[in-house]
Amino acid sequence: MSNADSIDLSDPKSPLALFHRMLLIRRMEQRLAEIQKTGSLPGPVHLYIGQEAVAAGICAHLSDSDWIASTHRGHGHFLAKGGDPRAMAAELYGRSTGICKGKGGSMHVADFSKGIIGANGIVGGGIGLTAGAALAAQLDGKGDVAVAFYGDGAANQGVLSEAMNIGALWKLPLILVCENNGFSEFSPSDTVTAGAIVDRGKPYGIATATVDGNDVMAVLEVAGQAVERARKGEGTTLIEARTYRLHGHVEYEDTFLSEKYRSDEEVEEWKARDPLIQMEQFMAGKVSPEQIEAVKADIERIVADAYEFAENSPWPEPATALDDIFA
Amino acid sequence: MARKRMIPVINEVLAEEMERDERVILFGEDVEISLFGDTKGLIKKFGPKQVRNTPISETVMTGMAVGAAAAGYRPICHLMYGNFMYTGMDAIANQAAKLRYMTGGQIKLPIVFFLVVGGGRSAGAQHSDVVHPTLMNLGGIKVVSASNPYDAKGLLKAAIRDDNPVVFLQTAGRGGEAGEVPDEDYVIPLGVADIKREGSDVTIVAIGSMVRHALKAAEELEKQGISAEVIDPRTVVPLDHDTILKSVRRTGRLVVVDEARLTCSAASEISAIAAEHAFADLKAPIIRVAVPDVGMPYSPPLEKFVLPDAQKVIDAVLKITKG
Repeated sequence: MSNADSIDLSDPKSPLALFHRMLLIRRMEQRLAEIQKTGSLPGPVHLYIGQEAVAAGICAHLSDSDWIASTHRGHGHFLAKGGDPRAMAAELYGRSTGICKGKGGSMHVADFSKGIIGANGIVGGGIGLTAGAALAAQLDGKGDVAVAFYGDGAANQGVLSEAMNIGALWKLPLILVCENNGFSEFSPSDTVTAGAIVDRGKPYGIATATVDGNDVMAVLEVAGQAVERARKGEGTTLIEARTYRLHGHVEYEDTFLSEKYRSDEEVEEWKARDPLIQMEQFMAGKVSPEQIEAVKADIERIVADAYEFAENSPWPEPATALDDIFA
Repeated sequence: MARKRMIPVINEVLAEEMERDERVILFGEDVEISLFGDTKGLIKKFGPKQVRNTPISETVMTGMAVGAAAAGYRPICHLMYGNFMYTGMDAIANQAAKLRYMTGGQIKLPIVFFLVVGGGRSAGAQHSDVVHPTLMNLGGIKVVSASNPYDAKGLLKAAIRDDNPVVFLQTAGRGGEAGEVPDEDYVIPLGVADIKREGSDVTIVAIGSMVRHALKAAEELEKQGISAEVIDPRTVVPLDHDTILKSVRRTGRLVVVDEARLTCSAASEISAIAAEHAFADLKAPIIRVAVPDVGMPYSPPLEKFVLPDAQKVIDAVLKITKG
């Protein structure tokens, strides 16, 4: 991804590589939020801003042969797993060069060649798919794993219980990553969710862990243990990563919501715990400022290039709406 | 060639396909003990690498079929009764039917969802639905209904080897219809209707288990001097428009027999196709013989009242052929 000679991203678990991945997600989405306001996007976008450490920390352990499935808030997972920023941007623009040829949009960005089963417009929709990919990985016997990213909203879908049960029974190499970002769409999590989500894994006897989802090094460590267990055939893990959705549920929600569902103070408190700021603090003294600046410059170049590519890409031929139904 | 009943034939096909390709895997509710006999003995032959009982968890098991298919396997997901599909509907309607399309054709999803459908057994409203109308409207699921053991073998082999999600609807009952089945391997392509009986006065299109009622009706009608052609679409998705339309243009009359509820049934769709494309050739109104818009009742006289049968098909034909 990087052509900047001065930065070494060869180890995906290195602080610089993690920062690069998180910043890529952040800047791609910040730009997207600006573009959304201009009205140039055909459809809705749900931004991952504030949660970048979760996708980056977990995907750092994964290769193309491992599987992930994601949510309607899926740009971060797509990019963290190695999805192409150009192909994602073009998809959001609905262009023929998009990763799904303009048929999917934001909620369906996927790249199966990179193990990205994709974003999913159904809350909890990716959980069952990941359990199936975990079964495939188990049958293949090559030590691959499958990771389901889902939110605290999806934790209240029955499919999570079903997946934990079958994951425990069959010892599936499955990692169920709940990103508790505080909100189930527009409802504060504690108004719709009883108890602690992480505790829901305990009756099934699967491994469980909670982690500060804004601390990428902490996520990296917890994810490493879960991935290692899964690769060794020791079964399923439930991780609850506590984080915060800094943007709204959907990008233009201010235009249709008549009242606030959270306070400005609460948002400001979490901004102070921004995972990117925390990472810069962590890197101070360990990584040279020149390297950090080089990463920032590299990301600006990638983001500008991605959206330029999208804007200049052609619309799909209308009749291609009838392609790709059956193989 | 040997005379066999439907369920043993399905059992043989599953074994042959799992033997042929180890990526064909079977999982579902009670597939190890096998409620219907269709999956009997397969666990002993193939073990847990290819055959697994699942919990009664339709939501995750249908999702797993999609995920395993995306990851390179050819899962057969046995959901037991057709009505249980509704519990697993997210993965069927939102994932299996859409994932290839909405990702721009990136993947193939070779899945067979196995469902047992149909009334006549006093199983009540939650174990008797014939679910193809719902599936026909999803835009990405093929739907197979076999009306005899010969077709069941060729269609099920085609379904398992197809690179798309296919729902295989098996008619409920003890062993199903009996018929001659060749020993050798063969497939019946999905989307090709079969003319089960030739005729010239009226076209009767019948779906799945309704074919036997249509054939019985045709025999009776012949005694009354009416020549009925009986067409079995074999798959309602894809639907063989050409065979149906060719016949309707020749006979000028159409009766469609469907065990689904009338509204938005396959009978409705086939009638619309005929009205749209063969209107000038029609000599009489099209008649749909289907189940009224009620859940299947329990008591035998109630069930008999709502289910199509040979007499109802005869009555429909007589209505449009008299004079």
